Amino acid sequence: MSDTETAELETFRNETRAWLEANCPPEMRKPATSDADVFWGGRNAKFSSEPQRVWFERMRDKGWTVPDWPKEYGGGGLSAAEHKVLRAEMARIGARPPLSSFGIWMLGPALLKYGNDAQKKEHLPKIAAGEIRWCQGYSEPNAGSDLASLQTRAESDGDDFIINGQKIWTSYANYADWIFCLVRTDSAAKKHDGISFILFDMTSKGVSTKPILLISGYSPFCETFFDNVRVPKSHVVGTVNRGWDVAKYLLQHERAMISGMGERGVGRPLGQIAADTVGTDGQGRLDDVMLRGEIARFDVDEAALAACAERAVDLAKAGQAHPAFSSAMKYYGTELNKRRHEILMSAGGVDALEWESERSGQGAKPRAWLRTKANSIEGGTSEVMLGIVAKRILDLPGA
Amino acid sequence: MALVLTEEQSMLRDSARGLISDKAPVSHLRHLRDSKDRIGFSKELWHAFAEMGFAGLLVPEEFGGSGLGYVEAGVVMEEIGRTLMPSPFLATSVVAASALNHGGNAAQKSEYLPKIASGSLLATLAIDEGAKHRPLQTSLQAVRAGNGFKLSGAKALVVDGHVADLLIVAARTAGSAGEREGLTLFLVDPKTKGVAIERTIMVDAHNAARIEFANVEVTADSVLGEVDQAAFLLDGVLDIGRGAVAAEMVGLSEEVFNRTVEYLKSRKQFGKLIGEFQALQHRAAELYVDIEITRAATMKALQALDADVAKAAAAVAVAKARAGTTATRAVQEGVQMHGGMGMTDQFDIGFFMKRARVCEELFGDANYHTEQLARARGY
Repeated sequence: MSDTETAELETFRNETRAWLEANCPPEMRKPATSDADVFWGGRNAKFSSEPQRVWFERMRDKGWTVPDWPKEYGGGGLSAAEHKVLRAEMARIGARPPLSSFGIWMLGPALLKYGNDAQKKEHLPKIAAGEIRWCQGYSEPNAGSDLASLQTRAESDGDDFIINGQKIWTSYANYADWIFCLVRTDSAAKKHDGISFILFDMTSKGVSTKPILLISGYSPFCETFFDNVRVPKSHVVGTVNRGWDVAKYLLQHERAMISGMGERGVGRPLGQIAADTVGTDGQGRLDDVMLRGEIARFDVDEAALAACAERAVDLAKAGQAHPAFSSAMKYYGTELNKRRHEILMSAGGVDALEWESERSGQGAKPRAWLRTKANSIEGGTSEVMLGIVAKRILDLPGA
Repeated sequence: MALVLTEEQSMLRDSARGLISDKAPVSHLRHLRDSKDRIGFSKELWHAFAEMGFAGLLVPEEFGGSGLGYVEAGVVMEEIGRTLMPSPFLATSVVAASALNHGGNAAQKSEYLPKIASGSLLATLAIDEGAKHRPLQTSLQAVRAGNGFKLSGAKALVVDGHVADLLIVAARTAGSAGEREGLTLFLVDPKTKGVAIERTIMVDAHNAARIEFANVEVTADSVLGEVDQAAFLLDGVLDIGRGAVAAEMVGLSEEVFNRTVEYLKSRKQFGKLIGEFQALQHRAAELYVDIEITRAATMKALQALDADVAKAAAAVAVAKARAGTTATRAVQEGVQMHGGMGMTDQFDIGFFMKRARVCEELFGDANYHTEQLARARGY
């Protein structure tokens, strides 16, 4: 980096810091503790508080709901280095993301790479502005880890496709406005070669959803049914029957997103949280030597993974990243997050078992613990991730 | 600072790798071991190291060195780890050079640093006394005698102890074992009366010694840094050594892993390549992820040392702890996946297992550093 670039970046940092200080409401500077704290946007979106609205609108107006997207699509047009600075400055004051969205994390990057001009102009600005909430139609009852065996059919009818079938584990399908969906457009071809990636409105005739109650007591996922849903062929992203390329590209982003789900390095150290319930000895050490060791090993691994995540970004910037590396990160990040919540449950003891009391925030701890069990399943199981590493990175035979 | 090597660092890696893989493959260590070599390393290779500027890699340019940083030292250590090359680099060029550079006065620096850079002086830090690395437990006594001090006590696992020209000895001038106050470092000529050196052949066939000090007289000029106040200096020097050993373990782990994956692709049983079995594929994939994460943590630690040695402790603890568990896993899987071949002396894989065990003990094992992190975080 030249001296001028370094100086420019420093100016950007100072300006960003000042802007965030002036514009991020204090209420938005602590971690979200419930679903209502998270703003997902969409046609029926409601703000849970005034600070949430203010924060979202200010960030949206700067293009900072999607800081590194081009400005013409409602993004901030920041360089990778500037984006890193913005993230660091937001982390410094604990600022929440103003908008959570599968459109930002998953569909957007795929559209930027595979979408045509009309599709980018139509969809990206609405994602950036939080106007349309998206859901992902990937898994089916008989196509989980073996996703490419999906059976939802799209049959040609003039300028349209007629879609029939069922998806499952569709996150927040009951709240979503549009869906990005994998459908089979050629049932004679080999399983990876007859799939298309298509977009449609969830209010289309023939679409219905049914929430699935999970072990956490929440229903973040749905079954989604398609009964003769008519969709224009112009809604296919990329080439018909080449949807698997788009799907895989998007999965890399999904895996990167899930591997980053754990609240890494924010808030109080786990060991101090544990001290609240377990107590400490005369020297201030956790009064449970085995748990203390477990937490310390977790801290070592968490810090090391953070370094690895940082390095993955730097490698990508330097053009040295392996495209399948997100699978490695997804595997480790999700397993680590499960460990974190096992530790929190163990440290919480009896207090962490209450399910419905006010005191426990309606069982926030056990529900969060149970939720993490899905981390190593959704977006590709740990076993599938290890298989991808074995095949694509290590080049092991027959994997 | 990006967590990838710069162009210059990559070039340094390539030249180190070229020299080491050419002149010191694992067979070099095997030869030194089998011939019971008197000094335990190759002088010729050490001169080549000096000529390439590696011996004085951390020595400032004004003292004839290359004036490079800890990331660069780690680059060389990683290559050393790949072939297990026995070399004075760790003890002399990394640990002793850092001690002199950070703690030495003008006279000490100009006397010793140029000789380290030219490859003509070997030096080492004598720190451990018991079976485990516990620097604050140092109890080797240094009592004032006339204008100087008299040292009495014993040290163990002194790397290159029997070939060193200069010993840097951690001693207690005040306080008692466990206290930070009262530690002092002394520069001691190993030929001084009362110094008894026993070379200890270790499991990894690398150099180590036990050294006894019986009323060894040293002058006041031989104090490195300040009397009673060496704990801070030692923290930094040891962290530099830990970062370097972590880098060696990353190189060792990756080499053992590469050899193991190659074996999975060539060994057939039940009419299949054993690498086709999912039980082995998943274990190999897990190990790959472990090594990548440890590599990143180690780079982070070395960069932290370059930024400020005094603020690198947590990053170094993470790196050395990870390097220990990762290398242990890598060599165990290496031997296991090589089956019976992995158990034979004829096969190189066992050398890696043995060296990993010693690296794990050097400057504190994974348990030690995990506990350090817990303390630092206040639980």
